[in-house]
Amino acid sequence: MHEWDFAATLADMDFLLLGLWNTMRVFALALLFGIPLGLCIALGRMSRIPVLSQVSSLVIEFFRTTPPLVQLFWFFFALPILISVQMTPFVASVITFSIQSSAFFAEIFRGGINSIDKGQWEAAKAIGMSRRDSLRRIILPQAVKRMIPAFAERSIELLKTTTLISTVSYADLMFQANELASKTFRPLEVYTVVAVMYFFLILVFSQLTILLEYRLAKSGEGTLR
Amino acid sequence: MTPVVEIRNLHKSFGDLEVLRGIDLDVMQGEAVVLLGSSGSGKSTLLRCINFMEEPTDGRVRINGDLVGTERGGRMQYREAELCRLRTRVGMVFQHFNLFPHMTTLENVMEGQVIVLGRSKEEAKSKAMQQLSRVGLEDKAPEYPARLSGGQKQRVAIARALAMDPEVMLFDEVTSALDPELVGEVLKTMRQLAEEGMTMVCVTHEIGFAYHVANKVCFLHEGRILEQGEPQKILKSPDSTRVSEFLEGHSLFKLPD
Repeated sequence: MHEWDFAATLADMDFLLLGLWNTMRVFALALLFGIPLGLCIALGRMSRIPVLSQVSSLVIEFFRTTPPLVQLFWFFFALPILISVQMTPFVASVITFSIQSSAFFAEIFRGGINSIDKGQWEAAKAIGMSRRDSLRRIILPQAVKRMIPAFAERSIELLKTTTLISTVSYADLMFQANELASKTFRPLEVYTVVAVMYFFLILVFSQLTILLEYRLAKSGEGTLR
Repeated sequence: MTPVVEIRNLHKSFGDLEVLRGIDLDVMQGEAVVLLGSSGSGKSTLLRCINFMEEPTDGRVRINGDLVGTERGGRMQYREAELCRLRTRVGMVFQHFNLFPHMTTLENVMEGQVIVLGRSKEEAKSKAMQQLSRVGLEDKAPEYPARLSGGQKQRVAIARALAMDPEVMLFDEVTSALDPELVGEVLKTMRQLAEEGMTMVCVTHEIGFAYHVANKVCFLHEGRILEQGEPQKILKSPDSTRVSEFLEGHSLFKLPD
């Protein structure tokens, strides 16, 4: 029977908290870049210009069909050779997860925008609004509300996928856990603590999205009742 | 006198399907024109060609004398920016209201004024309140559309179009999606607009409305205007048997006088 002893793990909590902070940094930046990029790709895919639509579809399909670990290795090892830039694990991670999640967000945006009744476009058009203004003022504000559950789901998936960045030696929570486990010879305790940390991080995040959903549902047009 | 809407030789095809086959129509200042016809006759398409929700395949549309589009090599070409400007001059109300559900009634009526016409918020608000009281709904200004009845929604949609100060209003079967008991309030609003001298073109199945409010009734059949004239003439003693058949279908179960 294993004798649980959290003393060594808890003594190095600041080491794990640093890892948690780094995980959150990559996650936040991937969302910050990935969401606007996803919107751009979605608009590209829905564009009436054939080239733009095809290129966007290709980007979406490519990043949805290749494993994130392969993408990460490619950006970390291959890209610096091709364009001779200095690549740090942090930069490679942010690039990989921004683009990778943007491909998924693009499909969520597209689904959200397409779910809005055609009559809304027509009404905006009939008062003289351009397509751009219609999208910005009429369609997106409604679409975003419907997208929140899918968006939250995808973000949680993204947060969990960031554990892969430990493989390029970026000091995220998973990497720090591995280090601490081999240092303390207490892997059970370390990974248990780390699991609890991920649990709370994601719990807080998903509660925030539910809060956002309630805030946006005020006009009675939302996914929550 | 220049007609507010002048349509010449208008054609519209969707792929192989020719919906409009040469329409000529003048709508004069202050006139209320009703388009009648069975489904598929092209009346809604004609209406939607007036504000270019649909681009005609051929023909000319003039709004208060201004030709829409530019002619190049015998064909008309339309620029999006020009059509957006045109649509501010031609208001449209839809069968399914299409209010913006994420905005209050007031914001619905302000939106086009602020975003398209560039009016200040204060100006747009006072104009919006003026139009809402015109349709009798100023007390609903802070409500979201979800809280309104169908008839109220449609009257807000009318106010939203009126707030752009259009030169002509188009009504596309605006009472067809309403409960029968709510039809009256919308028709009353439309009648009031007509009496105030608003130029309007309506697609409707309300023969009574056509009879009492319209100055002119056009009967469309297979993409052409089969018969047009004063409602008393068209609705009481039409020349064409097609029109008589259509009217009989509409009055099969009329209450006895």
